[in-house]
Amino acid sequence: MNIHEYQAKELLRRYGVAVLEGHVAWTADEAVEAAKKLPGPVYVVKSQIHAGGRGAGRFTNDPNGKGGVRVVKSIEAVKEAAEAMLGNVLVTKQTGEQGKLVSRVFVEDGCDIKRELYLGLLIDRETSRVTVMASTEGGMEIEEVAHDHPEKILKVAIDPASGIFPYHARKLAFGLGLEGKQVAAFQKFVLALYGAFLELDCAIVEINPLVVTGKGDIVALDAKVSFDESALFRHKDLEALRDDSEMDPKELDAVKNDLNYVALDGEIGCMVNGAGLAMATMDIIKLYGSSPANFLDVGGTANAARVTEAFRIITSDVNVKAILVNIFGGIAKCDMIANGIVEASKNLKLSVPLVVRLEGTNVDLGKKILAESGLAIIAADNLADAAQKVVAAVKGA
Amino acid sequence: MAVLIDANTRVMTQGFTGAQGTFHASQGIAYGSTYVGGTTPGKGGTMHPELNLPVFNTVVECRDATGANATVIYVPAPFAADAILEAIDAEMPLIICITEGIPVLDMVKVKRALAGSKSLLVGPNCPGVITPDACKIGIMPGHIHRRGSVGIVSRSGTLTYEAVAQTTAAGLGQSSCVGIGGDPVKGMDFIDVLKLFLADDETQSIIMIGEIGGQSEVIGAEYLAEHNFGPGKPNKPVVGFIAGATAPPGRRMGHAGAVISGGNDTAEAKMDAMRKAGIHVADSPSALGSTMVKALKK
Repeated sequence: MNIHEYQAKELLRRYGVAVLEGHVAWTADEAVEAAKKLPGPVYVVKSQIHAGGRGAGRFTNDPNGKGGVRVVKSIEAVKEAAEAMLGNVLVTKQTGEQGKLVSRVFVEDGCDIKRELYLGLLIDRETSRVTVMASTEGGMEIEEVAHDHPEKILKVAIDPASGIFPYHARKLAFGLGLEGKQVAAFQKFVLALYGAFLELDCAIVEINPLVVTGKGDIVALDAKVSFDESALFRHKDLEALRDDSEMDPKELDAVKNDLNYVALDGEIGCMVNGAGLAMATMDIIKLYGSSPANFLDVGGTANAARVTEAFRIITSDVNVKAILVNIFGGIAKCDMIANGIVEASKNLKLSVPLVVRLEGTNVDLGKKILAESGLAIIAADNLADAAQKVVAAVKGA
Repeated sequence: MAVLIDANTRVMTQGFTGAQGTFHASQGIAYGSTYVGGTTPGKGGTMHPELNLPVFNTVVECRDATGANATVIYVPAPFAADAILEAIDAEMPLIICITEGIPVLDMVKVKRALAGSKSLLVGPNCPGVITPDACKIGIMPGHIHRRGSVGIVSRSGTLTYEAVAQTTAAGLGQSSCVGIGGDPVKGMDFIDVLKLFLADDETQSIIMIGEIGGQSEVIGAEYLAEHNFGPGKPNKPVVGFIAGATAPPGRRMGHAGAVISGGNDTAEAKMDAMRKAGIHVADSPSALGSTMVKALKK
């Protein structure tokens, strides 16, 4: 689960992480009020969307204008910047062509930037440990740095038994070429950030850029925080930070129905049990010359109600020209899935071709239910057969 | 021989009297495996009402009373790390955790506790382990398996079933099937299971099924290049498949670990690494069995 920059900074501040003073605003007038609370004379107005590259991004209504992050030098200019951003769509290299609607801005105190660094915390699969990454290449996308200059990324893995110690941070600080009081400030920053990461069950925390100011302070200029969805049960308060408007409406619908769904831009809707098989089903559709409209794992406890919800979400995508159901029953039982398909087809009055492949637990019973339903279902014997049939149905349509 | 479990394995269940624990223990027993009891804290001293097996409060008590040498965990995600840690503390030789959705930071602690312990962990978020006709631990449908020569290791449950059905249909059968699970921080990884398969006489060929995200398939492939292929080495034919060639970068595809995050963790990059190592890569998930049949003829 991702949150906005201003929310991330508010949270991190509570754990002693150094951030600049700033306030969120939903209207241009609120932005003015926010600016008045700051010392000035330099203010930064930042579009709040769940995507990076905001500074270099452009608004769809003003493609040759300024970006989604603007440094201004008066209260009037704060108002002007907020008006230009709010209610408009910002396209960055992470949003895709459709961009994202800006409905709130963050008005922040200006900052005297001497150096821009990168600092990130994540759980590294290879070491199975929380790893602190730092780089002198602040402001750049870390994936690019990793690709072009892997030697410029410093890493320290933290043993969960002993936890973080100052030497971990010192190692990075000296590696980054920090000196004097910067080292102590960086050490405090890293230890506080690690504390927040553990306490909040984060998946990723990125401070990019982390700034060394003219006075030698270390402060977060940007902050990206993403939480481990599996751990949200112990952080009920964080749920309030979820911004539904940032999600695809079909995906939001799926989350509320406890289904694993990812919207894609193809034409064949997929309903599959198991994440690996769901991905493999997408792959084989592509292999036979069409493209998947979605990823959908109905899970092992699929019953008629869940299957109906899944069909409803799949068919709410207007690009779907046919549906492929691919079930290899383990915990999921084919007869329950079959009952769900019959019920859903009747309730939703499905108008697109439906190809069904059933295998595994109670498969004979499931096939019998489908055959006796009188529905125009195209039965398939195996995965390849199913993919061929559904692609043929789309091409024929 | 087979790997990890066989006819001598004595299985206990953590989360024994819950719906999942009860159902899958009964399925394991029906398959012919030896299930000896389990734990549900607070219900120690009673008998399981449906399975007529003893229930204990702690893993140590259960192990001592029943001689269990493997434990399977169906405890809900918020309490699953606690259950795994209890099993490690009890020095259970084999721990299989089926539970999906365990917080990653909990697994970071579990992984640390496993280092230097006497336990092997399979999972979490996995279908379990089966040695056909001998022992079934987990949620896989038993009837699709046949005892045979192919060792299967996979990050995905239902794709494992595909590989099983296809190798059964091809008349090859399976020595053992190990679902290592779809989480980013987990117990045994490809390399650990591949080592067991290379050392196992009954396993004459291997299918490894991976997916997008992480580097463990690449590490496994490099291990095979060094230890399986070449003069004087086992040279067991290996078929590979990676799910997620069509997955968009940065999006989590169901499994917590299935997200492309660097660029060298794509399906394409992993398939390249597999080919380079000498693995026969199936171009379709429906060609796992046929690719193996071809590989065995070479």
